[in-house]
Amino acid sequence: MSAPLLEIDDLRVHFSTDEGVVRAVDGVSLEIAEGEMLGIVGESGSGKSVASLTVLGLTRAANAEITGQISFEGQDLTAMDDEGLRRIRGNGIAMIFQDPLSALHPFYRVGNQLVEAIQVHRDVGDADARARAVELLELVGIPDPGRRMGEYPHELSGGMRQRVMIAMALTNDPRLLIADEPTTALDVTTQAQILRLIERLRRELGMAVIMITHDLGVIAEVADRVMVMYAGEAVEAGTLEQIFYDPQHPYTWGLLGSLTRVDQPRLARLAQIAGQPPSLINPPGGCHFRDRCPHEFAKCTEHPDLERRGGDAGHRDRCWLAPDRKREARVIASTGAIGLEAAKEPAS
Amino acid sequence: MSSLAESGPVPAGAGVGAEGPILVVERLVKHFPIKAGILIDRQIGAVRAVDDVSFSVDRGETLGLVGESGCGKSTLARSILQLIAPTSGSVRFEGREVAGLGRRAARELRADMQMVFQDPYASLNPRKRIAQIIGDPMLLHGIVERGEVKAVVQDLLETVGLNPEHYNRFPHEFSGGQRQRIGIARALGLRPKLIIADEPVSALDVSIQAQIINLLEDLQEEYRLTYVFVAHDLSVVRHVADRIAVMYLGKIVEIGPAEAVYDTPIHPYTEALLSAVPIPDPRANAARRQIVLEGDVPSPADPPAGCRFHTRCPRATDVCSTGEPLLIDHGGGHHAACHHPLDRA
Repeated sequence: MSAPLLEIDDLRVHFSTDEGVVRAVDGVSLEIAEGEMLGIVGESGSGKSVASLTVLGLTRAANAEITGQISFEGQDLTAMDDEGLRRIRGNGIAMIFQDPLSALHPFYRVGNQLVEAIQVHRDVGDADARARAVELLELVGIPDPGRRMGEYPHELSGGMRQRVMIAMALTNDPRLLIADEPTTALDVTTQAQILRLIERLRRELGMAVIMITHDLGVIAEVADRVMVMYAGEAVEAGTLEQIFYDPQHPYTWGLLGSLTRVDQPRLARLAQIAGQPPSLINPPGGCHFRDRCPHEFAKCTEHPDLERRGGDAGHRDRCWLAPDRKREARVIASTGAIGLEAAKEPAS
Repeated sequence: MSSLAESGPVPAGAGVGAEGPILVVERLVKHFPIKAGILIDRQIGAVRAVDDVSFSVDRGETLGLVGESGCGKSTLARSILQLIAPTSGSVRFEGREVAGLGRRAARELRADMQMVFQDPYASLNPRKRIAQIIGDPMLLHGIVERGEVKAVVQDLLETVGLNPEHYNRFPHEFSGGQRQRIGIARALGLRPKLIIADEPVSALDVSIQAQIINLLEDLQEEYRLTYVFVAHDLSVVRHVADRIAVMYLGKIVEIGPAEAVYDTPIHPYTEALLSAVPIPDPRANAARRQIVLEGDVPSPADPPAGCRFHTRCPRATDVCSTGEPLLIDHGGGHHAACHHPLDRA
């Protein structure tokens, strides 16, 4: 593999608030190659969105302390000034968000918003920009793009709006698309359409994608590699196969075990994870998951690094359990599937 | 229940015992008028949110009501509880007509039929303490005396897995999952027979979803509750429901025992809907055939003639755009409304 397109090394994003320092992202390292799809999965507050916003410099604020390195095509984004970042945004890296309605301006026609996005980065005339906008709408599968150009965002369905957002993101042929929960607000049949679209664009344009989602089903459908986040940290990272069929971290077991599946008859009972995610102001020392983990032992008061432990090459995790012990512990006795037996009653 | 046969088919569960169903919905219609005009409103159309829906629910069972946004599932849930007055049709709870009841009578009935809402942030009054949120409805319905409210509320908190010492706190002091537990405790306090849960877990993280689903199942067993579980997440519904009703543009297009609907769907819409749900298992995902529907759901203000799904259906023929298919029994309590039902191997 050649040099990665994007490389993040030990990224930390801390926000000072009245209640204390919120350690929203607390040690995230990742790399993504040209044309690769990396899935980042985690629950609310796990830091997955803050990490990706930070890549584009969107978390820079007076109360934010950002450390670590983000290098994109050899340039260090953390050290770059706002003007430089503005050139990267939309050109090298583009982003799409969960809610396309609030990301589009309600007063302007879709076409004008696209034309503006094109002209911000390129010195082209109106006619050329409009032609390019129509071409982009066609690329993202919007029927009758010429007519859609003249419509307002509210006249489009949720799926169409997300297509427009994707078209806008593609304006300047980005090398990396960050998609933050792009299908969460959509119905499942529309979600299937949008996931297919992102797949196709990645293939046709050779663009890398970071897919941020809480839905392991979405991850299973599209990602090449996966990073699991919990309480501001990456707790496990590996290939799709490694994460789903040889998971090393008890939190990943818990996530997999608590899922309902549309293709399987009901289980007697879901294997839940007891308790709730910790406060990011004052996470437990050592392993952040140990409060909720039925396999906690003495070593867990020390903070584990993300490194290769029991998994195959390229598979890293933050759990102190011995590899043999992991293989035993992650099987739910009643079903034989992977999961985390909830040993503790839900705390309140 | 012989009158049922005369007034039209009401798809019922297989296990209709001597007790009969707890809830019977017949030909329920809810149209929201679309109005225009500056001084005088005149109606220029209607959003046909629920359009001639019939089904029944047996005591102790869970009916899953699924469909995409705008299919009418929430309107249907609210019409059953008379939170929205239906345009026409009948809702019978334990044999008693509910549609068109006065406010007082409807309130009485609501102790028996409770609702759990989707958004645990919006459904609890932020200015009230937990003790009031859970206790006031019980006082209002005369279920407890003022002197014993505290003890009863604490019992309920314990039942739903919260710390009884927290009865004096405000909603903002709780997480989303805990708030949903409070919402469940509030419903439970009235000792209902039927709980209509409208997307009760969709605002929650997956690990918390599992906790709430397990709680709902435990409570069902303990209090012999009947659930109507409204959700867009078909995997969650598969886990909780005994029977499933699939809605599309205001109509039930398929209803039947959960396993039958999921394993051998009859309606092409159900099949497409199921195949669009991502499976959290890469190998299983790659192995299956996915049907991606084209286009968007048409407007419920102007639904297509004939079968409402014909504009997106891969099996549609001429008859689909003219004749409306009826919900007919395909055996074993599995009903579907389709001119070209899928082969059932």
